[in-house]
Amino acid sequence: MNEKSQKAIITVVGHDTVGIIAKVCTYLADNNINILDISQTIVGGYFNMMMITDLSGKKKHFAEITGELEELGKDIGVLIKMQREDIFNEMHRI
Amino acid sequence: MINISEVTETNEMIQKENLDVRTITMGISLLDCTDSDLDRFCDRIYKKITKTAKDLVKTGEAIEAEYGIPVVNKRISVTPIGFAGTSACESAEDFAKIARTLDRAAKDTGVNFIGGYTANAAKGMTGKERLLIESIPEALSTTERIMSSVVAGSTKTGINMDAVRLMGDIILKTAEATKDKDSLGCTKLVVLCNAPDDNPFMAGAFHGVTEPDAVINVGVSGPGVVKKALEGARGEDFETLCETIKKIAFKVTRVGELVAQEASRRLGIPFGIIDLSLAPTPAIGDSVADILKEIGVEHPGAPGTTAALAMLNDQVKKGGVMAASYVGGLSGAFIPVSEDQGMIDAVDAGALSLEKLEAMTCVCSVGLDMIAIPGDTPATTIAGILADEMALGMVNQKTTAARLIPVIGKKVGDNAEFGGLLGHAPIMPVNTFSCADFVNRTGRIPAPIHSFKN
Repeated sequence: MNEKSQKAIITVVGHDTVGIIAKVCTYLADNNINILDISQTIVGGYFNMMMITDLSGKKKHFAEITGELEELGKDIGVLIKMQREDIFNEMHRI
Repeated sequence: MINISEVTETNEMIQKENLDVRTITMGISLLDCTDSDLDRFCDRIYKKITKTAKDLVKTGEAIEAEYGIPVVNKRISVTPIGFAGTSACESAEDFAKIARTLDRAAKDTGVNFIGGYTANAAKGMTGKERLLIESIPEALSTTERIMSSVVAGSTKTGINMDAVRLMGDIILKTAEATKDKDSLGCTKLVVLCNAPDDNPFMAGAFHGVTEPDAVINVGVSGPGVVKKALEGARGEDFETLCETIKKIAFKVTRVGELVAQEASRRLGIPFGIIDLSLAPTPAIGDSVADILKEIGVEHPGAPGTTAALAMLNDQVKKGGVMAASYVGGLSGAFIPVSEDQGMIDAVDAGALSLEKLEAMTCVCSVGLDMIAIPGDTPATTIAGILADEMALGMVNQKTTAARLIPVIGKKVGDNAEFGGLLGHAPIMPVNTFSCADFVNRTGRIPAPIHSFKN
């Protein structure tokens, strides 16, 4: 296996409301996590966002960030998940 | 770069279709622990297992959290105790003491099962292996996490009918020893033909003597994912059906490969194999039977089931083999009864019989698995069923196994409850004609002619 990727995918799913992206981005900026790409769709008022992020400058452990993002999601009323990018690359890229 | 629809696809597989990695199984060699003193041997194996596997559960959980993929079981397999414990044991009680030590090591490392309470008697039994087999009822009734297996034949050696006959008796004694829990002990006891050395799945997992000091083997799963994909191929031809299964098996296996490589890297233990399996659980939507129904049989057991299963098994392998660097273990679709709600429903509906299950085992990865039978089934009849299953494996050059549970005090129409992943099972009728005169012949059935390939 190649050198370990420091990229993670963050997904945000839930009812659309004002300021979802702002709040998530603020958290990431505070933790020195760089956003490489954002894509987002809204279908029937349902918010679906994916961010590709670079964790190489992160200040906390992976599990800690995941936990805090989940908490943030609860505050906003959406579901936030962070997963290492490899799982998607392995499944969808040869 | 990965796109949002691919991310959504993966996460829906995990969240809605029960995609998971079924087990990370660490194989640990105990050959360097041998000692003629039983207490010293037990001490050594306890230390070796708890040291080697101390981070196994923690690592499995970390991978689960970081990749967002459930790693359902963390398990250990060890060198068959029939080899490793030989010089330390003088009696069946001595072997049972080893079982209790293994059980303690399993609990202290946090794994849910430890496999390898095993005798390899494919051609003959050593005196010590016989003692180990005789200790199985005590071992399984006084431990929680031990899995036991006996290899009673192979394509190269033929079938050891003395071991088969003995196992008919031992299965009944194990059932009797655990009768207050619906003969639960028998859910942890399997008889094998052509047993692989690197199987990560219980109850037949053991760390073969061909293996290194320690190894990481991973079993993938995902019947729900295959079923969902096939919903999009309703009414299509066989080519489309097969392509759909292959593609999805590839994706599922890539996740298993990633988890296996990552676990190996983090634990500093070499990666062994991926077991390409469709392993069901009693959860709704996690069923191999449901795939067979989606392919087009009303219930498993209907005419056409064996052909459908043969095709499914082959496509899973063809898709999976491309996705994994090393493949081994059992690899294929599992068809346990109690662990698959669709199979239970098929038995309840009268669609699925023991005989049809036997036919299905000719083309699936393992054998007669988790089948509850009446508690008053004679030992010779159980041995006859075992012999039939061993013969299928021997002649077809494949792994076959039998995990039968004669539920003491229960008869056809009753239900046995094993709990958790082991599920529950309706008691199935067994052919009542006798095979005692056949089973009571001593010796072994010679290896088939096509095994002589040198």
